[in-house]
Amino acid sequence: MEQINNLVNGGAVEDVLFYVFAALTLLCAILVVANPFSRSPVTSAMFLVLTIISMSGLFLLLHAFFLAAVQILVYAGAVMVLFLFVIMLLDLKEEARRKIKFFGLAAGLVSVGIVFSIFVKSLASLQPEAAGPALEGETYALGKLLFTQYTLPFEIVSVLLLVAMIGVILLSKRKLE
Amino acid sequence: MDWNFIIFSLVKIAIVVGVVQGIVAYSVLAERKISAWIQDRVGPNRTAPPFMKFVPVLGPFLTRLGIFQPLADGLKFLVKEDFTPAGVKKIYFWLAPAVSVIPAMLTVAVIPFGSNLGAQKMVIADLNVGILYTFGIVSMGVYGIVLAGYAANSKYPFFGGIRSSAQMISYEISMGMSVIPVLLIVGNLNLGQIIGWQSGHGWLVAYAPLSFIIFMVASFAETNRTPFDLPEAETELVGGYHTEYSSMKFALFFLAEYSNMVASSAMMVTLFFGGWTLPFWGLDQPAQSLAMGVLQIFVFLAKMLFFMVVFIWVRWMFPRFRYDQLMDLGWRTFLPLALVNILITAVWLWLRS
Amino acid sequence: MAITVNRKPLTFWEKLYLPAIVGGLKVTLKHAYGTLFQGKVVTMEYPEQKWSMPENYRGAPYLVKDQDGDTKCVSCQLCEFVCPPKAIRITPPGDSARLADRANAEKMPLEFEINMLRCIYCGFCQEVCPEEAIFLQKDYSLTGTTRAEMIFNKEKLLALGGVSPGIQKWKDKLAEAKAQENFPVKL
Repeated sequence: MEQINNLVNGGAVEDVLFYVFAALTLLCAILVVANPFSRSPVTSAMFLVLTIISMSGLFLLLHAFFLAAVQILVYAGAVMVLFLFVIMLLDLKEEARRKIKFFGLAAGLVSVGIVFSIFVKSLASLQPEAAGPALEGETYALGKLLFTQYTLPFEIVSVLLLVAMIGVILLSKRKLE
Repeated sequence: MDWNFIIFSLVKIAIVVGVVQGIVAYSVLAERKISAWIQDRVGPNRTAPPFMKFVPVLGPFLTRLGIFQPLADGLKFLVKEDFTPAGVKKIYFWLAPAVSVIPAMLTVAVIPFGSNLGAQKMVIADLNVGILYTFGIVSMGVYGIVLAGYAANSKYPFFGGIRSSAQMISYEISMGMSVIPVLLIVGNLNLGQIIGWQSGHGWLVAYAPLSFIIFMVASFAETNRTPFDLPEAETELVGGYHTEYSSMKFALFFLAEYSNMVASSAMMVTLFFGGWTLPFWGLDQPAQSLAMGVLQIFVFLAKMLFFMVVFIWVRWMFPRFRYDQLMDLGWRTFLPLALVNILITAVWLWLRS
Repeated sequence: MAITVNRKPLTFWEKLYLPAIVGGLKVTLKHAYGTLFQGKVVTMEYPEQKWSMPENYRGAPYLVKDQDGDTKCVSCQLCEFVCPPKAIRITPPGDSARLADRANAEKMPLEFEINMLRCIYCGFCQEVCPEEAIFLQKDYSLTGTTRAEMIFNKEKLLALGGVSPGIQKWKDKLAEAKAQENFPVKL
């Protein structure tokens, strides 16, 4: 009991949880595109939902509670449901497995290697920082920043969404004969 | 790592889940009895275990009240044959009821059902973003219906599932927006703080009545209850998204619907009607003694049961909305109303300060 | 040609649905109050309260005896042939010695079975019987645990049927025949 207490008080639970959530995120993200069991689009969409939930877990570990909740509420709860609607209504067939071309495989491995080495170099040059401050009035601080310092990007993103919606409505309207 | 906290949390979770499931089982009975009384009938009044005839006064009284009917229902769900139709996608077929039930049970984790009992706070998780958590979990509940409709490899459940989930996400928006004036007035997302504010200033339903109306109507739509229950109406779509389910899986869907009702009632009570407080008898302060703590829990339960009765009552008051009328109401009436409500509340608060 | 239905435009209050809501509340409360406190229920609680049957109610068919205790059935098999679902099965006596157990009848059935599970309670057998031996009586709730149990044989049918005096056709005919033996002929 004493040793467990010491372990846990040293932040070991948070470390374990971080590894769990990170592994889950990566695994689900890979399964979205490279699922060996079933190639149906609905399965990919469900794994994307799991990815989003694990990412929200990662947000929780960074003490960003508002962001975690909003991530689930908006992303997993609304956006992915609408994705699923579209996928189900379109009734896409399962994709046939394509033959693996050698050139594609080589190019893929080369690009992954390059990106990986960039990551490793940039991570190696980072200073490890202390754990971030526990943000108590975090929602308030976020809201304040969003509406004073970053108002312009915020409004531009809203206008972007509005334009996308109008575009969709216009594209999908039937022509009036 | 506080072993005390963990153990007490586990105990609280066990008790809350048990109580919520009990309320759900008996609310099925309450629905049948109350709907019978409204319709000049009697409702279930015969089920009794064999020894009840011999209990002197209470036995026949309880039997006529139908108290033992949920036991029979539970037994039926356990022993009924549980088949999987051919051609369904097995994983989603098995997953959908679980995905329906879990968010319904998770929502009650943040609701303060009392002030405290001794040193223990009567809430399982006193989150700082309590309301946001609730809405997030409610929006995850849509997946159960979407998957249920998709998995049953048949037309009617599919339509029912699509319609039902479209309805749910439309009314989620109005529900979320209608709570914003409450947050503007109180200034905090924490449910315990909201109740604390209400015990000082009076119930929030007096400060934001339009909010309450929108929230109530939106929760009828969220839980797929009449007058918004077109997706599962028998005359329209056979059984809607749960046509192809039998026995335990159907019981889980049923459980999910009634647990959603319980959670919505609890949210309404907490947000608008003061939670566990009553404005007299010193019940609006956190409890000093065990007796007061227990009394506050009973106050909360009484208010929540009142709202459950309202849910059941409204079912037999109104005819069903047609689907296009329903979506019309959600997007073109309640959403602008909720937005205007936010604006009015913001202006009122600005003028007051 | 199209008939236009004039819909009155809704007033402001009606558009809010408030009068409709309040009206609904009143109706439901009135009914609930009536049921709970004034006992106005339309339910008939079955085994305790039974309903009263009209005179010509067609229940299960049973064989009857006349007031002397004799079986009225003479095994003419008309009911067997008219029965739409062929629920009646009669074994006529054939050449067996047990032809009839009363004075005026020629024969009686050796075995008379009605399969209650096939009977549709139509009443044709009662209509067609020349002896008024089978009647559809007021029994409506027949239960059994096996299919074999629900095939009622002659003894059971007679026992359940009871006595129905009716017209004692053969007694009168016997009296007439005897009277004709002594009929004075005017020469």
